[in-house]
Amino acid sequence: MRSLGKYLIFIYNLFVRRETFRTYVKLSFDEAIKVGYDSLFIVLIVSVFLGAVTTIQTAYNLISPLIPDPVISLVVRDMTILELSPTIIAIVYAGKVGSNIAGELGTMRITEQIDALEVMGINAISYLVLPKIIASVLMFPLLVILSGFCAIYSGFLTSLVTGVISGEDYLTGIQLDFNEFGVVFAMIKALVYGYLVATISAYKGFYTSGGALEVGQSSTNAVTSSCIAILVADYSLAYMLAPFLTPS
Amino acid sequence: MIEIQNISKSFDGKQVLFEISGIFEKGKCNLIIGTSGTGKSVLLKCMVALLPPDVGNVLYDNRDFTHGDKQLQTDVRREIGMLFQGGALFDSKSVEENVMFPLDILTEMPSDEKLDRVNFCLERVGLENINKKMPSEISGGMKKRVGIARAMVNNPNYLFCDEPNSGLDPQTAIRIDSLIKEITDEYKITTVVVTHDMNSVLEIGDHILYIFEGRKLWEGDNKHIMESGVKELDDFVFANRMMRMVKDRSA
Ligand SMILES: Nc1ncnc2c1ncn2[C@@H]1O[C@H](COP(=O)(O)OP(=O)(O)OP(=O)(O)O)[C@@H](O)[C@H]1O
Ligand SMILES: [Mg+2]
Repeated sequence: MRSLGKYLIFIYNLFVRRETFRTYVKLSFDEAIKVGYDSLFIVLIVSVFLGAVTTIQTAYNLISPLIPDPVISLVVRDMTILELSPTIIAIVYAGKVGSNIAGELGTMRITEQIDALEVMGINAISYLVLPKIIASVLMFPLLVILSGFCAIYSGFLTSLVTGVISGEDYLTGIQLDFNEFGVVFAMIKALVYGYLVATISAYKGFYTSGGALEVGQSSTNAVTSSCIAILVADYSLAYMLAPFLTPS
Repeated sequence: MIEIQNISKSFDGKQVLFEISGIFEKGKCNLIIGTSGTGKSVLLKCMVALLPPDVGNVLYDNRDFTHGDKQLQTDVRREIGMLFQGGALFDSKSVEENVMFPLDILTEMPSDEKLDRVNFCLERVGLENINKKMPSEISGGMKKRVGIARAMVNNPNYLFCDEPNSGLDPQTAIRIDSLIKEITDEYKITTVVVTHDMNSVLEIGDHILYIFEGRKLWEGDNKHIMESGVKELDDFVFANRMMRMVKDRSA
């Protein structure tokens, strides 16, 4: 409870006593490139495998003369868009970007770089953290979109290579009963996760105290806490938004 | 002028500073001296409010910094230049960007003027041609000197240095001491230096506070430090052989 309060004060401090708008635009831009570039590779790999594995496993689960083949790719599509791409990728993203943010800020804290900023009269929280949050909230949805495409395309390639369903059926299936709200839903999730990972990791890193050992701990804590927050948010969002998914 | 009144500070019930008061005048090199672990760095951090003192005030030219509002604190801080004990350079920025940083953030100077100023400051600390190096590529002593260049780049009214010459060779140490002295005289700023180097004490100690286990035991200038009559201070001053020889000679 104490740390929740401290977290909220931390968030509040992001938005007071700020530097010029131009400073933030530049910093956020730099951060966005870093965040995107850093996680691109791992996100692509994970997405390709998610798509492939989901296709194969769904195909084996749905072997039945009663179920037409295109349903397989329909299931792959919906799982990818609604859950796999946003949530699994968010967990990967927490491991990559979250630990990075916490490690960087933790090191800056223990080597007095944050103190140096404060002494110059700069609000270190907003100067260091706000650009990371802006970058994360902008870039993570893009990564999720990319991941969705990759996963679904990789499913298609898998069906061609393994022949668990025919390519034509796959393409028919992913266009069947498409509900655009699924994409909106995925983007809402992505925004929330991007925000959670950045703020929680920054919070953990910013309040590191001690030495190199504690920086490592902050990084690990950042990933653990981000993952828990992601899963809780996933459940809450599913509870709140899933009713909109059913065709009216 | 900076005035500190009754500063006390404790960490988790362990008291580190005990009711320290003092006046640091403008145009003078004010030294805080004492053995390792007596609370010098903590006192310095309390003065710039990086650590909130438990009780006590710090006044910057009669502005109550400790209890002032955020705006006042920010205003005062923009007039402060500070060197940290470990240098505290930003690892993601080059030497040049580090020194230029206060100008980037706090001024509207055009960039060629900024660059001139940066080069001028780096030259004064004896560092040329390392503008593009990253902090991880330079030595500890060089980091200190870059830290000093960064502290002085924006013409501060108040300069704080935490052990500016520890880790430097004697020659460079003297050079840094005289630099600190020069800029203090030249720009009539209020300088506070934490040190345990007797050389600096004798060279630049216009006004000295001796701290022992969190308490101020003596206050005076370098002309009188040898005859303070305070036992702990004598132990500190005459810790090394050279100083003992000086003492025996004069006796
Ligand atoms: N953040 C902190 N939390 C808890 N204790 C601290 C903290 N900072 C300093 N101390 C304690 O305060 C005391 C004084 O430390 P300080 O860093 O001021 O020493 P110092 O006089 O600067 O020594 P040195 O000359 O070695 O730098 C030490 O006993 C230290 O353990
Ligand atoms: Mg110290």
